[in-house]
Amino acid sequence: MSTDSYEDALKKLGELLTKKSDLGNVAAAKIKQLTSELEELDSSKIDSVERIKSGFNHFKTHNYEKNPSLYSALAKSQSPKFLVFACADSRVCPSHILNFQLGEAFIVRNIANMVPPYDKTKHCNIGAALEYPVTVLNVESILVIGHSCCGGIKGLMAIEDDAAPFKSEFIEDWIQICASAKNKTRQDCKDLSFDDQCTNCEKEAVNVSLGNLLSYPFVRERVVKNKLAIRGAHYDFVKGTFDLWELDFKTTPAFALS
Amino acid sequence: MATDAYEAAIKGLKDLLSKKADLGNVAAEKIKELTQELKELDSSNSDAVERIKSGFTHFKTQKYLKDSARFNDLAKGQSPKFLVFACSDSRVCPSHILNFQPGEAFVVRNIANMVPPFDQKRHSGVGAAVEYAVVHLKVENILVIGHSRCGGIKGLMSIEDDAAPTKSDFIENWVKIGASARNKIKEEHQGLDDEAKCTECEKEAVNVSLGNLLSYPFVRAEVVKNTLAIRGAHYNFVKGTFDLWELDFKTTPAYAFS
Repeated sequence: MSTDSYEDALKKLGELLTKKSDLGNVAAAKIKQLTSELEELDSSKIDSVERIKSGFNHFKTHNYEKNPSLYSALAKSQSPKFLVFACADSRVCPSHILNFQLGEAFIVRNIANMVPPYDKTKHCNIGAALEYPVTVLNVESILVIGHSCCGGIKGLMAIEDDAAPFKSEFIEDWIQICASAKNKTRQDCKDLSFDDQCTNCEKEAVNVSLGNLLSYPFVRERVVKNKLAIRGAHYDFVKGTFDLWELDFKTTPAFALS
Repeated sequence: MATDAYEAAIKGLKDLLSKKADLGNVAAEKIKELTQELKELDSSNSDAVERIKSGFTHFKTQKYLKDSARFNDLAKGQSPKFLVFACSDSRVCPSHILNFQPGEAFVVRNIANMVPPFDQKRHSGVGAAVEYAVVHLKVENILVIGHSRCGGIKGLMSIEDDAAPTKSDFIENWVKIGASARNKIKEEHQGLDDEAKCTECEKEAVNVSLGNLLSYPFVRAEVVKNTLAIRGAHYNFVKGTFDLWELDFKTTPAYAFS
């Protein structure tokens, strides 16, 4: 679709070439290159924009407009019962695998579904993502879901030892949050294949994250009051299974030793 | 379900009460309270477990088993075209609002869908997710989706000034990633009411994130080659609308001054 600025630009180019005709071949080559770039740009752009547009239309007609009372209630506020940590992996969205409808679950997604320990400097991302649902939305359950064939866990298992230099700018530093899971797996599962070790590590890393949840005082105080349940899970999309387990945490009343 | 530990505890209590009969009423009260707590715990726990179980069963029967070709392929690897940043808010999951199917989109979700600037110390989580998606999965598109009634943006707009002491452990420090958006809105839209200011800030904060994406060298490298497109969006669930815009970024060839 031509525009004024395009016509104008072509006109100026034409004027230049009448004055400097020796530039003709150079100009021709550059215009061919430009046309080719525009062609490639255009078709993939159109595909992506179309995909986004048709996706939203599908949601609007099949879901949003069919549930007006749900969506007007949600427009006012949310009160999800679940806080879910899931991997950013395209295959494991909790809305699909656990059929969560809009409004049910506050969802945090990152590489390898990790919860780092309390750290205001290094991890204010997860700190904020925990603080809001726990202290403001008062969720009742936290669920951390690991999964099969996790690229982040595979990367963690491939790190040679804790002192090995990093090959990536961010990934290794992030996945080292669960270094203790890697070390435990290497010790306990020496005889398993690499793939089986990874599966073990995927589950053990969830346990590391569950433990890290307790390093947040606002989580701990609700867990001991039984207002917040903590669970881990592993979704295996190769076998089509979902394992769920709980974290029991409490402190007993103190005995006074006098 | 009684257990040995429970039987032993009851016996211990009975022994105590036979020696100190005056404690009978106190003990009775405490036992009623405990029973009530256990009932509540039990029902909310079993509700949550039931919800997770039925959710997975629904996914397995309605999707996983019905589309085995797709899930077999996905079990071998993922090749999503999109990297999506969305808020953790329970009302805005991209799988719903854009109808993304498993395998289509690598999704990162955090408070207020923020992309912080490159920072290996303070922001390894987002850095790792962008690095993995862009460098390893080679996604073609990054889409950052803001939304209406965002609690994180509302929190950002409520921060009095940049030097105000924080009231939360983490939330304010995280949402301050968007501080320049807040400042811009406060300057340019003084006449709007609070809700309208928040809406403008939701969109401007997306622009801050789009700019921050360019602080990652591996993102910039793909954008200038036209192999990666960057877009912002705003989903308004009050009105049922979805706005989409693009980020154009390129550097021109340099002029040589001699």
